Amino acid sequence: MRTDGPPDRRGLYWFAQGAKGLMTPPAFILFSAFVGIAGLSREAGLTWIEAAFMTATIWALPAQIILVGASVAGTSLLATAFAVLLSSVRLMPMVVALMPELRGPRTRTPTLLFLSHFVAITGWVFAMERLTDVPRAYRTTYFAGFAVPLTVLNTILVAVVFNLMDNLPALATGALAFLTPVYFFCSLYGSARELSGRIALFSGMAVLPIAHALAPGFEILVAGLLGGAGAYFAGRIAEGRRLR
Amino acid sequence: MSEDLSYYGIAADWWPFAFILLAGWLPTDIWRTLGVLSSGKLDEHSPVAAISRTVATALVSAVIGQLVFYPTGSLADIPAIVRIGAMAAGFGVYLGVGRRILAGIAAAELVIFGWIAFSLWA
Repeated sequence: MRTDGPPDRRGLYWFAQGAKGLMTPPAFILFSAFVGIAGLSREAGLTWIEAAFMTATIWALPAQIILVGASVAGTSLLATAFAVLLSSVRLMPMVVALMPELRGPRTRTPTLLFLSHFVAITGWVFAMERLTDVPRAYRTTYFAGFAVPLTVLNTILVAVVFNLMDNLPALATGALAFLTPVYFFCSLYGSARELSGRIALFSGMAVLPIAHALAPGFEILVAGLLGGAGAYFAGRIAEGRRLR
Repeated sequence: MSEDLSYYGIAADWWPFAFILLAGWLPTDIWRTLGVLSSGKLDEHSPVAAISRTVATALVSAVIGQLVFYPTGSLADIPAIVRIGAMAAGFGVYLGVGRRILAGIAAAELVIFGWIAFSLWA
């Protein structure tokens, strides 16, 4: 089946192979993170439609929690967009790294632009690990088989979980909303490639109380910029020492 | 109207969706699009790429910090010491069992549900 049969059936085969990834631990971890997002959005006073809409259109958890946080803090549109812009920069080098793996001999740019919307950490790690074992002509199909249903399933999950929470006591929804910070702290620590990334995880949090006092309404932005720049230089100094 | 362009700043049904698209979707998908169009032209080892990674991480960690230290809603009903304890337990278990996120999440939730059980009983 893998090498013979009409081309459309081979496409279906590779789409299904990609979809098998939905039953792996990284996908389950992501489901739990979106349970957290549903709880968080509900806490912030969003409707379930807004929470699901946000999941489908943004499809980047950090950007989503910044947006939810901004809705609570009453942050302006421009300041929110700027914070999201900064938080989503990381997607560009990720997409750049993925393109040579994903592109086949006859892949058209519009196809890649469409698929790029579904690139986020989970789908990216999955693709970078497994695309080498997929024939080039079917790599976009394989990636679509995993990444597109992953987005659709999580959008449905957010809508369903959000509505189920109506029947939960407030403390239980608080406990579910707490999934998000724990998930992020651990996954960012695990995926940090350099020392500076791990420092940034602590420095961003450490600067927050200062930013909270000095620049209310802009504390996330200020803590991110100061904490991130500080972590970069601290990382460079530490690695410079190690080289010497 | 330029006074308060926040998420709840305009009382119209469509406004939250416009806010999500303008402040969430646009500044996120612009990077994905640029990534496709510029593939093969960007050096991910450049200082600019490195500093954008640390700023992105610090931004998210600041949001995490806000949820742990200055929460609103029912998260605020959980005492600060329980929130910080749950976070520490989650990260500690995550590191202790060889970087398993689900184990870390389970440990943190155990602390919170333990506190809920305790406060219902006490």
